Amino acid sequence: MDLEVAAGESLALAGANGSGKTTLLRVAATLLRPTRGGGEVCGHDLVADADGARAHVGLLAHRSGLYEDLSPYQNLAFASRMLGLGAERRAIDAVLQRVALAAAAHERVRALSSGMRRRLALGRLLLAPPRLLLLDEPFASFDAGGLDLLESVVRETTAAGGSVLVATHDLARAGRVVDRTVWLERGRVVRPPADRRAVADVPRLVGR
Amino acid sequence: MRSDSVVPEWVARARGSLLRPGPALAVFGAAAVALFAWAQRYGLQTLPARDMGHLQKILYVHVPSAWIAFLSFFVVLVAAVWYLASRADAADRLAASAAEVGTLLNGLVLVQGMIWAKPTWGVWWTWDPRLTSTLLLFLIFVGYLALRALVDDRERRARWSALVGIMGALVVPVVYMSVRWWRTLHQVQSTPSTMDPAYATGLRLNALAVLFVAAYLVLLRRRVGRVEAAVEAIEEERALRGVEA
Amino acid sequence: MSRRRAGEITRILAVARKDVLVEARSRANFAAVVAFSALVLVLFGFALGPDEAALTQAAAGVLWITVIFSSVLAFQRAYLLELEDGALDALLLYAGDRRSIFFGKVLGGLAFVFAVEIVVVPMAGVLYGLPVLSALGRLLPLLALGTVGIVALGTFYAGMASRVRAREVLLPLLLFPMLAPLVIAAVKGTHVALVGDPIAAGVNWVGLLAGFDAIFLAAAYLLFGAVVED
Repeated sequence: MDLEVAAGESLALAGANGSGKTTLLRVAATLLRPTRGGGEVCGHDLVADADGARAHVGLLAHRSGLYEDLSPYQNLAFASRMLGLGAERRAIDAVLQRVALAAAAHERVRALSSGMRRRLALGRLLLAPPRLLLLDEPFASFDAGGLDLLESVVRETTAAGGSVLVATHDLARAGRVVDRTVWLERGRVVRPPADRRAVADVPRLVGR
Repeated sequence: MRSDSVVPEWVARARGSLLRPGPALAVFGAAAVALFAWAQRYGLQTLPARDMGHLQKILYVHVPSAWIAFLSFFVVLVAAVWYLASRADAADRLAASAAEVGTLLNGLVLVQGMIWAKPTWGVWWTWDPRLTSTLLLFLIFVGYLALRALVDDRERRARWSALVGIMGALVVPVVYMSVRWWRTLHQVQSTPSTMDPAYATGLRLNALAVLFVAAYLVLLRRRVGRVEAAVEAIEEERALRGVEA
Repeated sequence: MSRRRAGEITRILAVARKDVLVEARSRANFAAVVAFSALVLVLFGFALGPDEAALTQAAAGVLWITVIFSSVLAFQRAYLLELEDGALDALLLYAGDRRSIFFGKVLGGLAFVFAVEIVVVPMAGVLYGLPVLSALGRLLPLLALGTVGIVALGTFYAGMASRVRAREVLLPLLLFPMLAPLVIAAVKGTHVALVGDPIAAGVNWVGLLAGFDAIFLAAAYLLFGAVVED
């Protein structure tokens, strides 16, 4: 049995530390090559056409990946250029507004709180919303306003036909936005804790 | 359904040859050492001392060793390209083995060169193109080995060593040309490159002997590499499946 | 809802612009590197002088060694800023040829090192008695081409060395042997331009440097994809 995520579906990945949740997300994001098995994102094979897959994926990782000495505006402008959108002032301001960073738009990221940085990282994804949204342990690091924002982004993504994968320990909060939960143990999909028989060992992701 | 064994397939298949190596390698090694010993005896006794006396004999080992060292690095280059194309671990093991043996040989070549140079010219070192290129090649591959020692991830180590090996091998002809230009501008004497034909047999014999010894060392090192890889693979499987498997 | 793909030139320029911006906003770093270069020049002065003739003869070599040492600091920085917060991962997630990241970083590095050279070369001229102004026409191509080679190779190796322990030692260890041809050609050419050398003057050092640069850039371009694969 493979792991499939349908269009418009959101999925939580649960499991202990080291069960492979982050690895799975990084493979899906094309940051890691799968050593065994394979996968597809929106019809693009993760190994043969990694670049094609990359165009449809957005990852909110454990580390934000921001440039500390630049401002939120500059970070977003860079991302915007790399996404092929140019550096349109209005679009960037709109995103900054949405993530409630308009006031701090031109300060150094170094000076921002961690909650603000996470919102900025999320904002970077909002510049060009991806078809497959990957969130790695998001609930731990956002402040209250950020969490609401996160939930609405997940809902928007699925409403527009995209898919969401959330790796998390916080199943209560995840339960509010996901359709189903998949359990991982040591890199394999297993049944929920009540029944620990291994079901499959090769994850295969399809988002339509 | 996969087997419940912790041992990966390729390890199970190779088990026999990993635990009990066949006699082939040992016989080859013995033959190589014997050939080398014979080549030295030939050089020391058969040809009369000329010009610089017995010191000239060191060239019998020095020159062929240099050839074989360069050959080893060429093998590293080929193995590196092979690895990048195929991502086969065997390619990486070959590259690592050839690099280690080549660097060792290269170091010996430099020392032998200095031993010969001091009584001959009165200096330990000259900046002539061949010697300088050899020194640079040595340093490049010391860097290669340092990189391998510092990177823990197997795939990354193989990939990055391949890149460093290719770039390194690429630069050697460039270095050689530059140093030639650099030196000839000042009309400095270079090491005499022509050798008396009487030495030819001795050189060829030694070349063969050194080649065999080097090949034996590379094969030996590669075998160690395969055992290491097998152990690593088993440990990975264990980690993936949990000890109860 | 799918994303557009940025053209490669756009990506290269975006990366270069970002690197320059980060450097500009941490002004202390540039000043520190310039100060470091000045100190190297001065120390060499003590080591080789005080005979002015000796200093002038050695000047070309000292200048290029100083440039190399300063550049190494630049390369480390170029990647450290990516590693700080996992920014390299984010950088690798944008669709497009990853080798463009390499060229972007080379451009950014060149901007930084050229800026350092603008201060250091006149300084060397003053300390070592070199006719920098009058030889400027012959000097500029040498400086430009030599620096390009150094930055290209340095950016390539720093992509690996900066992500490994003992990075401060590993980068020079991997890089310096590769710089030998560049050092030979750049120093000889600079020496001819500034001090004169009838025998060496006949050689086209600029052409040699251009040739080396072409080889190194091509090789680095072809291989860089495998540097940042993971």
